[in-house]
Amino acid sequence: MLRPSGEFVQSYRLDTQIFRTRNTRYAAVLSLIVLALVPLFAGSYALNLLIQIGYLGIAALGLNLLVGFTGQISIGHAVFFGFGAFASACLNNRLGIPVIFSIPLAALATALVGLVFGLPAARLKGLYLAIATLAAQFILQDFFARAHWFSGGVSGSIAEPITIFGWVADTDEKFFYVLAVFFVLSLLLVTNLLRTRDGRAFVAVRDHYLSAEMMGINLRYYRTLAFGISSFYAGLGGALYAHYLGYVSIEGFDILFSIQFLAMIIIGGLGSVSGSILGTAFMVLLPQVMEWLTAALDGSWIDTTLHLNEGTAFLREMAIGLVIVLFLILEPDGLAHRWRQIKAYWKLYPFSY
Amino acid sequence: MDGHLFLQLMVNGVMVGALYGVVAMCFVLIYKASHVVNFAQGELLLVGAWVCWFFVVKYQLPFYFAFPITLAFMVVLGILIQVVVLRPMIGEPIISVIMATIGLSIFLQALMKWIFGVSAQPFPPVFSKGTIEVLGLQVQTEYAASTLASAVIMAGFAYFFKYSRMGLAMRATSFDQQVAQSLGISVRQVFALSWAISAAVSAVAGVVIGVVNGVSAGLSLYGIKVFPAVILGGLDSIVGGVIGGLVIGILENLAHYVDRQFLNWGNLHEIVPFYVLIIILMVKPYGLFGTRDIERL
Repeated sequence: MLRPSGEFVQSYRLDTQIFRTRNTRYAAVLSLIVLALVPLFAGSYALNLLIQIGYLGIAALGLNLLVGFTGQISIGHAVFFGFGAFASACLNNRLGIPVIFSIPLAALATALVGLVFGLPAARLKGLYLAIATLAAQFILQDFFARAHWFSGGVSGSIAEPITIFGWVADTDEKFFYVLAVFFVLSLLLVTNLLRTRDGRAFVAVRDHYLSAEMMGINLRYYRTLAFGISSFYAGLGGALYAHYLGYVSIEGFDILFSIQFLAMIIIGGLGSVSGSILGTAFMVLLPQVMEWLTAALDGSWIDTTLHLNEGTAFLREMAIGLVIVLFLILEPDGLAHRWRQIKAYWKLYPFSY
Repeated sequence: MDGHLFLQLMVNGVMVGALYGVVAMCFVLIYKASHVVNFAQGELLLVGAWVCWFFVVKYQLPFYFAFPITLAFMVVLGILIQVVVLRPMIGEPIISVIMATIGLSIFLQALMKWIFGVSAQPFPPVFSKGTIEVLGLQVQTEYAASTLASAVIMAGFAYFFKYSRMGLAMRATSFDQQVAQSLGISVRQVFALSWAISAAVSAVAGVVIGVVNGVSAGLSLYGIKVFPAVILGGLDSIVGGVIGGLVIGILENLAHYVDRQFLNWGNLHEIVPFYVLIIILMVKPYGLFGTRDIERL
């Protein structure tokens, strides 16, 4: 890791600060200001994309905590995302809990469900875990379709917009600010978690679980905990998604969506907070770019021979699969790694060796 | 439930389960040889079935001609997948390998949907229609033939691993890669071969299912159904895979019956294997016949 010269760390406390140098503190404040100004300048299309990146990014962050930091795999993240969405809508519709409270409550409920499915996970690792979470995916998906009281069954459920003391976040601009608060909070919480004892324990479990156990880390506890926290963020993202769209349908939380979450963190970089967000942005923009491409090729010989327009949905899926495989082969450390390299290049310029 | 109905459910279960068993066997083959968990197993079925369908329906080739071409195609595809996607992944953490096969599975699935569409396409009849009597039950010839095909594949596997040179080399490799290598076995070849065999045999299963039920994207579901079967049997046991497949097949049929008679949930049989899967993972994660791997520092 590159550090600017003249910066001397004198204690562990200083070394584990979230914003270690003055410049990073300025950058953080600046990015907050930019975030606050975005809705004033961004068009509705860009804003919509940013909001998608926001709620998906929160969920991807949770998954990265599980996969990237703890080394556990989950092929069922989308159902936890969906569970959060339904739980928040259900808490609001059935019990009359205000939306602003039902969102964190739904996230907590999702964390509990995650813990339940995390219990077998405590004993399992690697591929057994992958298969167990695959089962969770199908079981919960089935539950959504069956539990009318919870999800509204086939007709889905309505989710009211977020209301805070009579202020209703019913436009994209207003929702953006609410989302931004949740987003920044999640980022801070996860970054902070990683410099605590628990966060270091996660990394130890990932790097060598036997050594970790020998050093007194309770494997079962931390594996289950990682599952719970990861589900918490999935639920949070899901709840925000529900109240943004105003409607949750039981379709869409399928295995492909789960795999998209995995794709996000692989593309972004496993074990990197900024990577989760970069990867989410990549996955959100990918279909858009593909749409532009299809539109640009409209009518050309490529379009007429390959029938691009009829197959857009399939092309998107193919692109997701292809991107996962290509990133794993060519850039296993993801975009975050590439970003670090670019930064290092500029820091060292012109003496790059 | 009277005896006759029970027998009927059992026979149906065995017929479906035999196909699960074949797919599970292919899955275990890859896992045993190269320690890759193949999430794209169902897609191999799918590709095989579509390719065969393409030759039979579009090119009007006779079935006995199209079938070997399909197999040859699948052998090439299997080797290609191994060399292009999985060879670079050797030595990577297991999560990356799993993700690579998942990415592959989505890619192949979407590619097939793109080329052949989403609707199910019927195969022209290969087996003559009719029924034969098994244990006093009326069984359609198609189903009987599919079970027969499964049995032949299983016997072929048994022979291959017991007596053939290459089969023994594969067993040696799965036992200990370094020792196998020092005995002059090309581990690369074994990996490639395991994918080739697995792809080709999956294609056979895919074609058989396609002939009976028509070819559709739903075929890739077999790749997911295979997980309860292999976990039940033990991930690295070929016999376990077969038995697991049979048990899951029978279980599905029983669940179907229970559902229709008492519960009316509609899809209990689809979800039951996954509950079983969770329970097995909690009680006996290494399955019935799998080796318990001992962790060493």
